[in-house]
Amino acid sequence: MSTTVAFPPFVNRKSFIELDARSRAQSLMDPGSWRELVGPFERIESPWLPEQGIAPQSDDGCVVLKGSIAGKPAVVIALEGGFQAGSMGEVSGSKMTTALDLAARDSQNGTKTTAVLLLETGGVRLQEANLGLAAIAEVIASLLVLRQHAPIITVVAGTVGCFGGMSLVAGLSSYIIMTPEARLGLNGAEVIEQESGIEEFDSSDRALIWAITGGEQRVAMGVADELVVDDMRKIAAAVQKYIQVGLPRVHRSEQVDLYRARIAALDASKQFGPLSLRQSWNEKANQGGAR
Amino acid sequence: MEQLNFEYPSAKRRVIRKAHLGVVGSGDMEVLMEPSQTAAAHVSVQTSVNGFSNSWKAVFDRFFSKYDGAVRIHINDAGATPGTVMLRLEQAIEVIEK
Repeated sequence: MSTTVAFPPFVNRKSFIELDARSRAQSLMDPGSWRELVGPFERIESPWLPEQGIAPQSDDGCVVLKGSIAGKPAVVIALEGGFQAGSMGEVSGSKMTTALDLAARDSQNGTKTTAVLLLETGGVRLQEANLGLAAIAEVIASLLVLRQHAPIITVVAGTVGCFGGMSLVAGLSSYIIMTPEARLGLNGAEVIEQESGIEEFDSSDRALIWAITGGEQRVAMGVADELVVDDMRKIAAAVQKYIQVGLPRVHRSEQVDLYRARIAALDASKQFGPLSLRQSWNEKANQGGAR
Repeated sequence: MEQLNFEYPSAKRRVIRKAHLGVVGSGDMEVLMEPSQTAAAHVSVQTSVNGFSNSWKAVFDRFFSKYDGAVRIHINDAGATPGTVMLRLEQAIEVIEK
């Protein structure tokens, strides 16, 4: 005897968040189109971590796949959130910078190559200090060259989120796709609590943190473009959509006056909640959304 | 930080594929498995947890009591338990012997 059980839809969806960086990158590309650049068997590891008693990883937590997405040339650069919280060191930074430079070179030579960044990262790897800071500066310089020719699509899926210097990289990209599980912010909750006290920000209050830095709020505020549930196919579809759209008319980070005016219009004498902030922020936006 | 090396001369069967599994996150490890240059298996382990060389040896002794592929194994470990190590090794041979 068999019975038909009606499963809720989430049972059949394929989670993107549960994948590691390499599988995430592979899931976005056309099957059979990609190859990995400087893969784990090249053994280019961080020389700095073992000196501090930390096991390195053979790809330094940065996966670079070159291939195509929906038939268009693309490079996917994925950070592994499970390794040192996806932090950027000398090696992972060089991999990302070089991949962006190669995409820019191809784009300048007529093969427009979109870059997709899968960012799960706490920012600079503190164990590599200045080299990590320099790495992020280099990534940003390369990103600004590439985005004159082809879009850069950032996906923050969670659950690490995207913080520190790498949140600047996200902010400079052409489009940002987030899930409700993802967070995006310059300072992480624990850093704010540590520096300003628990009265300022309680890093154990998950509802508060997600209400401020979570994907839903970020998209509602117009600092990210699209909210997608944690589903491999839906995230891939969102990436493909923005590859089709191509370069935005104007990048979000170029709209300095718009954002200055919005910040100036906020009445900081009263305490905003996430919803009231959303409302005040958007009612001052005479241009509709952020872009 | 400890560097461990083991050799298993009895594992002589040639293999041709490579496998890479796992993440160097807390309680986990990554394994890189590829064909050995010689007719023997070579294992190198880089682990952030010192003082467990006997446990590592026991895991590999058991693994190579069943597996005969001449592989070169490199592990970067962030505190994987013996059960996790064995699981990662078995996942790797699943890819290599596919």
